[in-house]
Amino acid sequence: MNATALSEHIPRLRRYARSLTGDRWAADDLVQDTLERACSKWRLWLPGTDLRAWLFTLMHNVFINQLRRPSLHIVADGTGPDHPLDTALDRVAAPDSGHEQAMDLQRCLLRLPPEQRETLLLISLEDLSYEQVAHITGVPVGTVMSRLSRGRARLRELLEAPAQAQPHALASAPPPAQDSVDKVRPLAQRRPH
Amino acid sequence: MPDTTPHPTQGKPPTLPPDDVLQALIDQRLPHAQAQAAWQALAQEPARAAAVRAQQADRLALQALHADVLEEVPSTVLQATLARAARRQQSWHSAGRWAGMAAAVLLTFAAGWWGRGLQQAGDSHELALDRQPGRQFSAQASVAHAVYAPEQKHPVEVDASQQQHLVQWLSKRLGRPLKLPDLQAKGYALVGGRLLPGDTGARAQFMYQDAQGQRLTLYLGALPPSPVQTPAQTPGTGQPASAPAPLAAFSFSQEGPVPSFYWVEGDFGYALQAELPRQALLDLALAVYKQL
Repeated sequence: MNATALSEHIPRLRRYARSLTGDRWAADDLVQDTLERACSKWRLWLPGTDLRAWLFTLMHNVFINQLRRPSLHIVADGTGPDHPLDTALDRVAAPDSGHEQAMDLQRCLLRLPPEQRETLLLISLEDLSYEQVAHITGVPVGTVMSRLSRGRARLRELLEAPAQAQPHALASAPPPAQDSVDKVRPLAQRRPH
Repeated sequence: MPDTTPHPTQGKPPTLPPDDVLQALIDQRLPHAQAQAAWQALAQEPARAAAVRAQQADRLALQALHADVLEEVPSTVLQATLARAARRQQSWHSAGRWAGMAAAVLLTFAAGWWGRGLQQAGDSHELALDRQPGRQFSAQASVAHAVYAPEQKHPVEVDASQQQHLVQWLSKRLGRPLKLPDLQAKGYALVGGRLLPGDTGARAQFMYQDAQGQRLTLYLGALPPSPVQTPAQTPGTGQPASAPAPLAAFSFSQEGPVPSFYWVEGDFGYALQAELPRQALLDLALAVYKQL
């Protein structure tokens, strides 16, 4: 194993982390923590095995640990207790691409349960095999398949929801602004309203 | 394949494949024949077929979503790798393996970043093998400067307009209250700052710029404990870079891509970098020092 091999994977790790968190800073935090882990566990990597899958396993563990923490990195990052969600929203809304569609996709992605989001991204984005994803996330292949299926179906629902004005969602439809706030809720646990 | 025969070969009606197969279809992982069969079966259920197509499109959209990130130069994280490798190399006595790795990372880094200005590979090799924390610190500071100072689009993570947030954020991440030196009197305005990884934790970089666009960075963070640590002295003349105990006080280094003055207070290191003559840089370093 050499460092060049490791650095070759960094762009993909960054892209995956970016899609997973929807946030540039959180993504780079995730990548850095992953690399740190990779450096400290270097000797546990078996030469000849898939380095990329190993790195994604490390990143999965870091991500899960972050989720277990009571407040997410974005809140903990010193943005203050007053506006964590607004910051999250801003960050989701102020990216490079500028395409509304991409923003919408990212927002909907963030509304998926983390395990579905992870599975969906590892497969769709990283093109890892179902078995590899099972190994990375530590669950049986059957679970991967059902997460994938539910994640895809849910993402579709979310993407279609605004267009159809959600006729069957809620009896009393919330105002659209409220809805757009709700979309980011999974990213940062929000104050009680 | 013509779909005139509703009951192909085995005489089975084209039942909808199980969900696993449909997922594999969406992921384009089915062998051609199997995919054909799946589409044929789906033709009987237009709604399901439409959903599969929509999910195929979603998959492509996800792949395109942050494709630009692949093109970005991952400077911060590469630096993290560099720092980690350097730390391992430092803490591991049988250093051969890690030294090699640190050098490799550094060379990778160098190839990407110093490409045009790099003098010899030998320099960076020496840098990676340097075991003295102060020198390593200033070398990292210098590399960080070389990476971010030329940056036009994203020179900083938090810009000067959010100065208070910047200071609070970096103070929190570095675990101590930081002060932001004011260099207006010297003709340098704050651009902003960013968080960087160092080999003993978080490091901060503050960037300043003068009217001509000349940039200056102040790099700070905790240093690894050193057996030869001495308290900070009043800054005077810079020591040569090859001084045996560079942790001592106020030192000048030209080892990195950009000249640097660095000093230590307690367990905290500071380094100031700019493409400036030594005396001008010292003058600025003193101005910073007095305000901290």
